Amino acid sequence: MIGFTLSNERLLQRQMFRDFAEHEIKPIASQMDEEERFSMDLLKKLQKYGMMGIPYDKAYGGEGADILTYALCIEELSKVDGSTGVTVSVHTSLCCSCINDFSNEIQKEKYLRPLVESSKIGCFGLTEPGAGTDASGQKTTAGLDGDFYLLNGQKVFTTNSGFADIFIIFALTDPSKGTRGISAFIVERDTPGLEVSKDIPRMGIRAASNAEVALIDARVHKDNLIGVEGLGYKIAMNALAGGRIGIGAQAVGIAQGAIDEAVKYVKERKQFGRRISQFQNTQFKLAELQTKVDAARLMVWRAAAAKDNHENFAPLAAMCKYYASEVANDVTRACVQLLGGYGYTREYPIERMHRDAKITEIYEGTSEAMKMIISGLMKIN
Amino acid sequence: MKIVVCIKQVPDTTEVRLDPKSNTLIRDGVPSIINPDDKAGIEAALRLKEKVEDSIVTVMCMGPPQADAALREALAMGCDDAVLLTDKAFGGSDTWATSSIIASALKKLEFDVIITGRQAIDGDTAQVGPQIAEHLGIPQVCYAEKIEIKEDKLLIWRQFEDRCHIIKVGIPCLITALSEVAKPRYMSVGGIVDAYHTKEVMIWSYEDIMDTLDVSNIGLKGSPTRVTKSFTKEAKGTGAVLKNLTDDEAVTAIMAKFKEKHII
Amino acid sequence: MSKDIYVFAEQRDGILSKVGLELIGKARELADVLDQKVVAILLGSGVKAEAKILIEYGADKSIVVDHPILEEYITEPYTKAINLILIDKQPEIVLFGATSIGRDLAPRVSARIHTGLTADCTKLEIDTETKLLLMTRPAFGGNIMATILCQDFRPQMATVRQGVMTALKRDSSRKGEIEEINIEFVASDMNVEIIRIKKKTKKSVDITEAKYIVSGGRGIGTADKFDMLRSLADELGAEVAASRACVDNGWIDKNYQVGQTGKTVRPDLYIACGISGAIQHVTGMEDSELIIAINKNEAAPIFDIADLGIVGDMNKIIPKLTESLKKSKRIEGMV
Repeated sequence: MIGFTLSNERLLQRQMFRDFAEHEIKPIASQMDEEERFSMDLLKKLQKYGMMGIPYDKAYGGEGADILTYALCIEELSKVDGSTGVTVSVHTSLCCSCINDFSNEIQKEKYLRPLVESSKIGCFGLTEPGAGTDASGQKTTAGLDGDFYLLNGQKVFTTNSGFADIFIIFALTDPSKGTRGISAFIVERDTPGLEVSKDIPRMGIRAASNAEVALIDARVHKDNLIGVEGLGYKIAMNALAGGRIGIGAQAVGIAQGAIDEAVKYVKERKQFGRRISQFQNTQFKLAELQTKVDAARLMVWRAAAAKDNHENFAPLAAMCKYYASEVANDVTRACVQLLGGYGYTREYPIERMHRDAKITEIYEGTSEAMKMIISGLMKIN
Repeated sequence: MKIVVCIKQVPDTTEVRLDPKSNTLIRDGVPSIINPDDKAGIEAALRLKEKVEDSIVTVMCMGPPQADAALREALAMGCDDAVLLTDKAFGGSDTWATSSIIASALKKLEFDVIITGRQAIDGDTAQVGPQIAEHLGIPQVCYAEKIEIKEDKLLIWRQFEDRCHIIKVGIPCLITALSEVAKPRYMSVGGIVDAYHTKEVMIWSYEDIMDTLDVSNIGLKGSPTRVTKSFTKEAKGTGAVLKNLTDDEAVTAIMAKFKEKHII
Repeated sequence: MSKDIYVFAEQRDGILSKVGLELIGKARELADVLDQKVVAILLGSGVKAEAKILIEYGADKSIVVDHPILEEYITEPYTKAINLILIDKQPEIVLFGATSIGRDLAPRVSARIHTGLTADCTKLEIDTETKLLLMTRPAFGGNIMATILCQDFRPQMATVRQGVMTALKRDSSRKGEIEEINIEFVASDMNVEIIRIKKKTKKSVDITEAKYIVSGGRGIGTADKFDMLRSLADELGAEVAASRACVDNGWIDKNYQVGQTGKTVRPDLYIACGISGAIQHVTGMEDSELIIAINKNEAAPIFDIADLGIVGDMNKIIPKLTESLKKSKRIEGMV
């Protein structure tokens, strides 16, 4: 990536994301968190203004922008609400990319277009109760029966599943081949045999939807197989690599949002006869936090630019996600501390940001999994 | 219908602060925005376009080269094309000169309806719109809080402090819009991509409009009014806290403050 | 040679607007410095009787144009009439109220005549050496003040908001000249059509848009004490607001709450009554232009951000303040 300044065009994109987040999301964020429910109204607005198809080609109904613009979007949305950030990110990076990068033209017209043009929502069913970091431990099976595959198994932690229209489901078409026996399927919500249960209550990103998906002889037409049998693991890893840029951006956003709130507070709060912003301890602490967030942001931008340039971005994405998620946790914890007792109450959004930050170290590949990737790149394992 | 919206790029005056040491305005880092009344005008124009077949919305801005960013934002909202009027010779123009320049540029375009904002948040004069209308010799309807179209006429809710006139006017005409006339839509991601890659911003200098604009009407020299002095108001210090007053004394103190600040 | 100070005396429904009278007061002052006359221009339909009142408020002369086309304000007929008067009389200075009429009319007139116009002046003076009108006005959202000159064009024109200048006391014994002028209006002067006139009724207001706010805190004590604040608010043309404590106690609806979990407001005037000034409240109103705080407790943090702090009992002060405002309106004398 050459140059670190954003062009006027990207600045305008960022301005739009910021205005939208400030006026459409911020006022309802804590309510969505309290009610553990994502606003369908907000979802429609995100679709209307093109935030659900940012890096996809106009030829398929996408917005024709790029991954860097997408990263700017996720950061701005996450500044005010981590749940909105992940909802958009999972849809865009995990679901849509599978179809965009591996599907044939018929599948793209039929499924990618409504996903990015703004009427349908997507989710990504890889993780199972017995297969988390060890994704190769898939147990869901897909047996061919005439023109249909019958899918059987269970998917868990499938973000957006509560209201998604289109599910990318990974299943073993050939258990004997290990990871090379996994295939990827496009499964519509009304498929007989696909059952979405209730959302699982969580520590953070409580407004995001996250239900279990059961597949009981779910009949999926063979035309919905993405690519060929056995390509599934590669498709999944490709999607997750891009998804890590989104999660990195989400983490940066959560952290920056916490700093912005803390700065506002310390400039007003008085103790010991002056504003606490006048104590060097406060100033130094915030300086440290901001520097970390700035570094994390640049790592996200670099990974995004590498993907836009068709370079080998996966290791960069792993690093940015690992670092940004740790930063988000450090920063939000420190910001709760800066607000003291009030930071612990639900009256201020900082405690929600701290709760939201935790998951960024876990999903789409734990920090430990990221370290596996990074050390692999360094050729030490 | 051919609609032209005139906009101004202004510093966000809610963000402008006074440097307490030098008593001057801090303009660094103050974002530039489309003047709020003008942005509402863009939205009103886009809604008219949606109602009338075969309509085009052109957005025009007089300003320095960086005003391009404001025009791109208008294009991203949905305007079809844009004109940037920029020339060092325009610098220092008061409202007479500004309106003369813009009117000459408008003469070069075809238009049915011109929409301007009521006033800019930096100049706060509300003069340019009506002066443009006078230079063009067309009817003006100011303080529009609602705009509708009925057959080939416009129906405008013209706001006064104590009443509202519903006015019917034909084309061509000029309307000055209040920010409440329409809540501006967000840009879309794809709209911003189009604004920078598909749509055009035409750049016009004095040369492009000189056939209808005498040079004696532009810039500092062409301005009947000029600023002779500018200064800051006294800084807002911490106020007085009055204790041990009788109730009547307290009321007197408050009334005096009201008078001082022109509240009564 | 241009001479005399003209004032556009606005009227609505045949009643003279206060701003015109205030401007006559100021014009009188300027005219005395220049040793010239003050002339009021009155346009309307069936308004001839008001011309005398303008003299009683300090004008030396009133020019009246009485015609049905001028009954309601419409740009072209008004512009045409004033333009013809100014071309004929060649005044030195013309003042307009910066109202929704003045800010429509004055720019059009100034463009037709080709002269300079300065809007929303807060100060008008005559320069002792040059004898030019010095017009001072705020800019940049009020962050800065500028003094403007119109050196080479006549008349020098300015608009001024209501409440900035002071009207003289009405003197019914004052004598002056009244001139009626007939203007030839033609059909094409009505280039717009008024379909309907809707008089304003009070509609529900969003406190974030209120110009003035009277706000109550925990110190209010009961729900019906808000009536006391409402009376004051009515006199000021203000909206009522409250801190969170009042909303939690059920004394007022959440729509009126100012603060961290309520709304952020930036009115020209915020009167905080019985509000302690905890950070959660202050964050929602600290950018108000003028903050007046009344609280029994002299250590209340609200006094740190108030422009004027009164340590006292608001239950006694507020009703007296309301009375005082009512009285001052009576003294000013509505026309």
